Amino acid sequence: MKLSQLLAGQKGIVKEFTDLEMSVKLMEMGCLPGEEVCVERIAPLGDPIAINVAGYSLSLRKREASTIILQ
Amino acid sequence: MKADIRVALAGNPNTGKSTLFNVLTGLNQKIGNFPGVTVDKKTGYCALPDGRTAEIIDLPGTYSLYPKSQDESIVFSVLADPSNQHKPDLVVVILDASNLKRNLLLYTQVADLKIPVIIALNMIDLADKSGIKIDIDLFAKRLGVPVVPISARSIKGIDKLKTAISYANKIALQEESIDVEAIAPHLIAQIQEDLKIDNPYFALQLAHQHETVKFLSPEENARIEMLEEQYTFNSQKAQGAETIARYAFINELLYDTVKKPETAQDESLSNKIDKVLTHKVFGFIIFFAILMFMFQAIFSWSSYPMELIADLFVWVQDKLHQLLPAGPLTSLLVDGVIAGLSGVMVFIPQIAILFAFISILEDTGYMSRVTFMMDKLMRKVGLNGKSVVPLIGGFACAVPSIMSTRTIENWKDRMITIMVTPLVTCSARLPIYTLLIALVVPNRNVWWLFNLQGLALTGMYVFSLISAVVVAFVFKLILKGRERGYFIMELPVYRMPRWNNVIYSMYERAKTFVFQAGKVIIAVSVILWVLASYAPGDRFERIDKKYQQPQYTKTLNADELNRAIASEKLESSYAGVLGHVIEPVIRPLGFDWKIGIALITSFAAREVFVGTMATIYSVNGSAEKMESVQKKMHDAKNPETGQPVFTLAVAFSLMMFYAFAMQCASTVAVVYRETKNWHWPAIQFAYMAVLAYAASFVAYNILK
Repeated sequence: MKLSQLLAGQKGIVKEFTDLEMSVKLMEMGCLPGEEVCVERIAPLGDPIAINVAGYSLSLRKREASTIILQ
Repeated sequence: MKADIRVALAGNPNTGKSTLFNVLTGLNQKIGNFPGVTVDKKTGYCALPDGRTAEIIDLPGTYSLYPKSQDESIVFSVLADPSNQHKPDLVVVILDASNLKRNLLLYTQVADLKIPVIIALNMIDLADKSGIKIDIDLFAKRLGVPVVPISARSIKGIDKLKTAISYANKIALQEESIDVEAIAPHLIAQIQEDLKIDNPYFALQLAHQHETVKFLSPEENARIEMLEEQYTFNSQKAQGAETIARYAFINELLYDTVKKPETAQDESLSNKIDKVLTHKVFGFIIFFAILMFMFQAIFSWSSYPMELIADLFVWVQDKLHQLLPAGPLTSLLVDGVIAGLSGVMVFIPQIAILFAFISILEDTGYMSRVTFMMDKLMRKVGLNGKSVVPLIGGFACAVPSIMSTRTIENWKDRMITIMVTPLVTCSARLPIYTLLIALVVPNRNVWWLFNLQGLALTGMYVFSLISAVVVAFVFKLILKGRERGYFIMELPVYRMPRWNNVIYSMYERAKTFVFQAGKVIIAVSVILWVLASYAPGDRFERIDKKYQQPQYTKTLNADELNRAIASEKLESSYAGVLGHVIEPVIRPLGFDWKIGIALITSFAAREVFVGTMATIYSVNGSAEKMESVQKKMHDAKNPETGQPVFTLAVAFSLMMFYAFAMQCASTVAVVYRETKNWHWPAIQFAYMAVLAYAASFVAYNILK
């Protein structure tokens, strides 16, 4: 299951990343393996999405979210 | 001012760093540049309780020492480079108490550089309110640094922070966070040995950043490069490993020191606001309504103070003409300098209101929601959600907006944003539009609440956005991308705007506008006055002689005679000659030689247009009767046809020209500075000139 497949309001736990470059940036922002992420909302035009991670809101594009694999 | 201790403020974006900086330094601050790079350097001074003075440097907000943009790269250089002239004696790391985990990552990195550190635990009141309990003593003990809880917004704990700064250690005593050497053992040891570096984390950072930092010699750089190959160092993998290790340390620390309420929290206020402000339908309606309101406000709120300033200048000019003896010097001062200045000073209220709105939108967190909503749309035309901020900032001024494109990581997106930002209606165009719209568009309401003039102005703003989007799309097809773009951005919690910051920004911007534009305008006014008051050869004498002949003195009264002389003199002056030279080129756009003079002078800066108009028409008008520029332009008649010069067609043709032409020397300079290549400003200047001519031509011929 990828993060990009979640609907607004759904939760998941980060398992791993499929893209090294992206993973470094995401981990810096507190989005690490084992961390719970929750899709808060999806932008009016369907992309990007806003997720809640480590207690704050982070927005990222669907393509970027698809590099995050959930447990 | 001489400082006894140099203190750097470091922290994540949106942690209240700027607010703390304002609280510590007050009005005692200045904005400069870091040497060699175009990053704003904010410094200020703060009196410490023990009588010493601290110099405070506000470093750009960053999530880690690994830079994602040019702004962020300065943080590592300032903190780590031993030869950097700004290297601080002490770093105050600001942590958002309600979001400690992510904030602590930067802290552990800074701490590992082994510079003396103090933690300012900001927004402690908000954390309290949401039930987060922090054992501050244990927290400080585990990290081995002083921790001062503060609230920069409500100015609490600031005195304690100042005391902590004055008692700060000269040597770094913080505890180790992670085992840095374990990340790349041999490489770190070898770099330390070869480059004579004590600190292992500094050595590791050099392995990552040696290609971009400015302080290494070519030999050192080559040495690091060689060592990296020898030990097969993978920068991204090492960075990932470091981040994971740091978060493991942070989680353990927070587990022991922070208690969060166990019960599920109520839906946060921010979330509720977001449901409305980023709603599928309402989101866009609200965004558009805010823009509409902004432009209506700029028009209506500023009208009274503007009239006041205009009247004041007319009064001053009148008085000076009465008090000073008539002569070329008086004329230079009153008709040249003061007439030119008045045309600009009048627009201070509008600029202040515009900047107030922009800083409120940024301060509240709404601007990043706009980015979030618009990203998909912007990507279609080759831009990026983050381009929205420069584009909206472009409504104020293209110069800082082009500088703010540094937050766009992707090269192609950034270049396109830079290329189209000057198309957006900046505040320098506002005076021109206001003046021309007031001349030709009737001041009445349609559909009860919409002012026709306000609508025309809104139209010009919307038009500028559309043209920026279309041009961006064309560039998207032409330019080749270099790397993939990404868009990972924090959505900060909604906050009330800090009125102090809004006022600072209004004051700062209005001041910059007056001084920057004022200098150019005085210079241009004086040159113009000289050009308009002197003529080649003895042309003026001949005109004087001509009008002394009885056929003129008998048929015309004194006033008419003066007017005829003045008008003929202007036409034969140097300025008139210059205007006539370009007249054939601009005739198809509906412009005469007087407008031609204004077009030439406004290539230095657009706002010069109004001043030029004021100067040209005062020289031409009667000196005893001072009138506002608008009145003068309204009364201007074409000497051949007797019809008003500024018809609807001419006014809109002029507005189209100003909408597209790159008439701003500062923007050209900043585009060069940001792109480091003359191609970009040259291409930009050329494409904008072509569009300006074409759009004016079309507008004039449709409305004629």
